[in-house]
Amino acid sequence: MQTHDSPQLKAEARDFNFFYGQAQALKKINMPIYDKKVTALIGPSGCGKSTYLRSFNRMHDLYPGNRYEGEIRFYPDNTNLLSPEVDPIEVRMRVGMVFQKPNPFPKTIYENVAYGLRVRGENNKRVLDEKVENALRGAAIWEEVKDRLQDLAPNLSGGQQQRLCIARALATDPELLLFDEPTSALDPIATGAIEELVHELKKRVTILIVTHNMQQAARVSDYTAYMYLGEMVEFGKTDEIFIKPKDKRTEDYITGRMG
Amino acid sequence: MSAKSASDLHQVSDRLAHNALRNVNERLIELVLFAAAAVSVLTTVGIVYVLVSESIHFFQNVSIVDFLTDNQWTPLFDDAHYGIMVLISGTLVSSGVALAVAIPMGTIIAIYLSEFANPKVREVAKPVLELLGGIPTIVFGYFALLIVTPLLQKIFPELPGFSLLSAGLVMGIMIVPYIASLSEDAMRAVPMSMREGSYAMGATKLYTAIHVVVPAAVSGLAASYILGISRAVGETMILAVAAGMQPNLTWNPMEPAATITSYIVQVALGDLPHGSIGYQTIFAAGLTLLLITLVFNIIGQWLRRRYREAY
Amino acid sequence: MQPMTTEQIRALIARGKLKDTLFQAIGILCLGIGLLVIFLLVGDMLMRGMERLNIEFFTEFASRRASQSGILSAWVGTLLVMLVTAAAAVPLGVAAGIYLEEYAKRNWVTDIIEINITNLAAVPSIVYGLLALGIFVYTFGFGQSILSAGLTLALLILPIVIVATREAIRSIPAMIREGSMAVGATRWQTCRYHIIPYAMPGILTGVIIGLARAIGETAPIITIGALTFIAFLPPAPFAPTGMDGATAGMFDWVMSPFTVMPIQIFNWTSRPDPAFEVNAAAAGFVLMGMVLSMNAVAIWLRYRMRKNIKW
Repeated sequence: MQTHDSPQLKAEARDFNFFYGQAQALKKINMPIYDKKVTALIGPSGCGKSTYLRSFNRMHDLYPGNRYEGEIRFYPDNTNLLSPEVDPIEVRMRVGMVFQKPNPFPKTIYENVAYGLRVRGENNKRVLDEKVENALRGAAIWEEVKDRLQDLAPNLSGGQQQRLCIARALATDPELLLFDEPTSALDPIATGAIEELVHELKKRVTILIVTHNMQQAARVSDYTAYMYLGEMVEFGKTDEIFIKPKDKRTEDYITGRMG
Repeated sequence: MSAKSASDLHQVSDRLAHNALRNVNERLIELVLFAAAAVSVLTTVGIVYVLVSESIHFFQNVSIVDFLTDNQWTPLFDDAHYGIMVLISGTLVSSGVALAVAIPMGTIIAIYLSEFANPKVREVAKPVLELLGGIPTIVFGYFALLIVTPLLQKIFPELPGFSLLSAGLVMGIMIVPYIASLSEDAMRAVPMSMREGSYAMGATKLYTAIHVVVPAAVSGLAASYILGISRAVGETMILAVAAGMQPNLTWNPMEPAATITSYIVQVALGDLPHGSIGYQTIFAAGLTLLLITLVFNIIGQWLRRRYREAY
Repeated sequence: MQPMTTEQIRALIARGKLKDTLFQAIGILCLGIGLLVIFLLVGDMLMRGMERLNIEFFTEFASRRASQSGILSAWVGTLLVMLVTAAAAVPLGVAAGIYLEEYAKRNWVTDIIEINITNLAAVPSIVYGLLALGIFVYTFGFGQSILSAGLTLALLILPIVIVATREAIRSIPAMIREGSMAVGATRWQTCRYHIIPYAMPGILTGVIIGLARAIGETAPIITIGALTFIAFLPPAPFAPTGMDGATAGMFDWVMSPFTVMPIQIFNWTSRPDPAFEVNAAAAGFVLMGMVLSMNAVAIWLRYRMRKNIKW
């Protein structure tokens, strides 16, 4: 029975292994994701954090030869996201993603945000207008674009495009939002805006963020997981991980001795 | 490099002379190579010169207004008429039929190969398309006259032995490989990250193909369509063999008719004295054809430049 | 809007996947049509022309009697025309390609040359015929000969050879060029001893593809005035009867009237007498065989090239 101050579980990886063909990329990951909290994945290049992230929305299904073992439980309905009986499309309708390099569609700003809604069959103009505005506000970009919703999205600046992609993901009210190094292609000011946004967004949606920037993880997340060579080395509250890491490997990475 | 003796000086001057000779050699070779490259310009100049100069002779005898507005094309009769619209109608109708087949079929094949097909299917499909594109047009003409027309006549008994429909359909099949391969290239150039963005939103492959990939590749697709139009308008043998060579101002594909191209062939097969007005008509017709093709090519190149700017 | 229930989501996904499957079926169908056309065409030509496909077919001249009408003049003519075409197109095209890749600076002259090459690739082949008629046949006085035909086709496939040469050269790493220049070689020496040898397979592939295209070209050759009924061969070098009755010189054949395979096919296809359909089918089959084998050689070369690159 969970009490009020212990956080609820949104998802949980259980003995999760992942294989690119014959090569094992993730080894026995066990890790909780807490509801309406920001969890950060950190670790040196090649540690498997992006691979792990992309398993949450079954991105690996798009390419042949990949194999999941184990489970990722999703709550409140306790579905295994990785089950072959669960259609990847169904998973992707519940889990949203923001990519490393902003990838707006070659469409208007409005149509970009409305894209996910149209995919779900929503075509009522009033409903779309309302949800698009809602999402753009949620991504802190409404004021900048409200007068030019019919402009083409690729004409926006890099930082604006990324916020647009966040709005696009928000529009369909996902239960979990995945961020794959969302600021590595942006300048420092745009990065700051996105970090602030992530902080705001966790009131609405659970967030899992991969970052190669430790300071960003420290600034932005409630929980942090350190990964190394495909293993979950340590998981805990961000403050604890950064101030008093339990594992020496974590300590080495954080103090810059490695990675 | 300092000269310490007379023999050193000889060596230096030898080397300088040798270098000078090398330079002359090099410049000569460069000139020769340049001349080869310039042949392409000479070809264009030649084409324009030939077509324009003979057309000028032609238009000294026939007014441009008549040329453009007369509704008969009978240059070899005593009562000669020179209405180019008659030939243009044949060109347009046959090209229209061809593109009505080639654009949908080519685009569908391109989308299928780019977004759906697994590598094994592609390995079979690519050679099939290359093969189709390599068949000589005279063989396609044979196909149209002796295989397609009888087949069509089973469905449309009133179809004559020569028709724009039969020729147009086969022209369409001939053009499919061009449209399919250029469109597929355009679509494969769309970065995978854009597709991932769409799949991540829960879209299916077809939805992604239609709503994201095709819009992103639209300039390239349009360029391939323009190329198809160019090929259709300029095609000769399929029409010469299967559409009959009777000038006929019609918009009905179920009739035989001559096109600009098949008319030129017809005249060339006959015996027209060099310099006669009949002889000049083929250059006037050729000039018209060239202008039409040029317009489409310019549009196509502009589109291709736009498409390259997209990424 | 209410959030969708799981059933609604599952139904939506099922509909989407159905559309995916339907589209895949349509895609395969379209590819199947292409395959069907090839089979129909080749099968028909084989079956219809089977009875004429024997040695006599290749050694008999055309004749009024279909059963005795062979392709001797036609295939000899094709061979000779291809000889001239290759002799003209290869040096010109390779030289132009080398110039554009190794020597040309980025200025307006180069731009004009490149624009011309792109444009010429899209000019209808019959316009080349008109160019040849005006310039080669009359102005230069080459007449309606193998020389005119070969030169015309050379101009036609020049863009193909140039592009192939350029791409072959471009795929050579800068390292090779730099290495040669570093030991003091001139640009031409670098080209001659390094660039051309390495680029040769790619160039060869392009040349073969160009020739495969030229073999099937009919329209420009008709326009020059190739005769459609020929019952003789061009004079062999030093044969007792040349063009004027006296002993033939070494190159008399170049100025001789002639016919080629596609025109023979055209002639037979256009005859109302169904007996000639058999001949047309057989000749068409032979022509397809020629084109196919040339393309196959080009593909094989390309394949060997990809395996053998050892920079």
